[in-house]
Amino acid sequence: MGNIKQKDLILYSGLIILGLAAPYLFSAFKVQLTYLCVLIVLAMTWNLQGGEMGYNTFGNILFYGLGMYLTASVQVGMFFPLAEWTESGGEKTFVHTTAQYFQGIGVGLLVSAIIPAIVAGAIGYAILGLRGHYFAICTLGLGIAAGEIAGGIEIIGAGQGFTTPPFPAEIVDTEARGKFFYFLSFALLIGTFVFVKYIYGSRFKLILNAIRDNEDKAEAMGIQTMKYKITGWMCSAFFCGLAGGIMGGLIGYIDSTDVAFDGREMGVFMVLMAILGGKGTLWGPVIGATLFHFFKEGLWTLILGWQYVALGVLIVVIVIYFPEGLMGWLREKYPERFGEVIDEKDRKAQVELK
Amino acid sequence: MLMVQASLDGILLGILFALIAYGMALQWGVMNIINIAQGDLVILGGYIAYTMYLVGIHPAWGVIVSPIIMYFVGVLLYKLVINKVVDRDLFISILATFGIAIVFQQLMNFIFGADVVVAQSEYGTTMLFDNSVTLPNSKIFSAFISVLYAVALVIYMKKSRLGRAIRATAQNARAAKILGVDTEKVYAATFGINAALCGIAGALISITLTLHPYVGLPYTVRSFMIVIVAGLGNLPAVALSGMGLGLFEEFADYILGTEFRIGAVFMLLVFILVYRRFKLSKKREYLK
Repeated sequence: MGNIKQKDLILYSGLIILGLAAPYLFSAFKVQLTYLCVLIVLAMTWNLQGGEMGYNTFGNILFYGLGMYLTASVQVGMFFPLAEWTESGGEKTFVHTTAQYFQGIGVGLLVSAIIPAIVAGAIGYAILGLRGHYFAICTLGLGIAAGEIAGGIEIIGAGQGFTTPPFPAEIVDTEARGKFFYFLSFALLIGTFVFVKYIYGSRFKLILNAIRDNEDKAEAMGIQTMKYKITGWMCSAFFCGLAGGIMGGLIGYIDSTDVAFDGREMGVFMVLMAILGGKGTLWGPVIGATLFHFFKEGLWTLILGWQYVALGVLIVVIVIYFPEGLMGWLREKYPERFGEVIDEKDRKAQVELK
Repeated sequence: MLMVQASLDGILLGILFALIAYGMALQWGVMNIINIAQGDLVILGGYIAYTMYLVGIHPAWGVIVSPIIMYFVGVLLYKLVINKVVDRDLFISILATFGIAIVFQQLMNFIFGADVVVAQSEYGTTMLFDNSVTLPNSKIFSAFISVLYAVALVIYMKKSRLGRAIRATAQNARAAKILGVDTEKVYAATFGINAALCGIAGALISITLTLHPYVGLPYTVRSFMIVIVAGLGNLPAVALSGMGLGLFEEFADYILGTEFRIGAVFMLLVFILVYRRFKLSKKREYLK
């Protein structure tokens, strides 16, 4: 046991050092690396619902978009009138000082973590009673409705979008903006990973799995499933909101349906990444997100214009042929590595039965 | 008078929605899949009629041509993808058809461009109540055709051999198989018929409303909503709830404004689901 612990320690410290060094090693790709961190966070939090709890949601995009709007609104609203800001398109008229910018984004991120979690609790109470595909369709509807409604609200820019505060001009270092957002997202990634890993070692994960495997039986065993389902969703919403807030600052421009409540891209990506890596595993979403991101960045520019066709085909192929994902495939191949013991006698008996 | 206008618009529109929802109910009941690409099949059918309009044929003929083409598109789609998701978890069918929907949207965007288009039927308008209510004749035409096709389909499902095979498969696929029904063929035909229904609806939409490559999903959600309210295989209820949805939408349009129309449709879906969830949970049951 001690041996494995040591191996883990080397792995984790290696990854953290790699993560800290990455913006210096690949300094041209800081934006992509930030994207990668956010994608991993989204995939991991989706996995808590879809993989562990068995509640396949398209609705986590709701928290992502909400976080994005909240961070930007708070960052602006703390110092300037929000309505005038969005009306003037943001730039020029009001300029954040350096201190204001960082204060704003700090408070904004705090709000963008807490409010989505509260929203998740409130709507979770209503819709987590739906099961299976009804839940999936309901969350799909919620995500799209949120985008449509946000596109009609004047104070956050309505159809023409919302420009987030530009990075303070007083900082002359041109690399600073990229580094700031990278380290922010990397910190979020570490926080999420530690949290999810903690959940994986806890009773909470077993309860979520019980809900996934048979909710009626779990209820009959005396588990208050609703309470745990809501808690699980609130945890996801917390991290999704933060991820959205960071993304909003990075992109610098928020559009209701193309950036924030982007069900057609982000909303599908997070599902796809988790399934690609293998849902219901700790490392699956991380690997899936990394693979997907490399695939996307590599191919997107090559097949310009055809990327959505490729994405659609990819979804169909993954869902039909690899529903267990990479980790599931590995698990099938090397069960002993996953700590599964196969009883030879039992297997022979099964073969004979067939 | 606004009320009368909205009501008439809503009812005529709702009949069209009911047609799409009937296709949705058909495949859901028979194959146990939820097709997210339903709306995109509708839009594709509409673009077929629009193409006819571009080459100079009256788009109303689309209601005959479009279902024939769409039937084969449906069968092809079944052979390529759908047959692999039939007996599996519903979420797999949702995701797989979501993938198909994205492909369709993008292909239509390539072929027909991202502009909002409409095929002019030049049917003129009917004025009612001293010209205070305008009713495009194309809407009346579309409602009439929808009813016609729906009645024809019901008779076909009742009388024909394939119709009986489809109903048998819906009741119990295994028993039907044992009794010599080729369920694989039945599934293909069901999906084809569904696509054909979408084709008809699309052709009608091309002359009454507008077409755009990315507006498929609202049609999917509308048909899903109608099906969960009406239940599977209950045609009068499908027609009624279709009209109800049409009415709701027109009134939402007048009261909230056009920019919230689609949002209102999606919120209605959420409200219906939540309402049914609370109603059922009183009996310690849930939506199945």
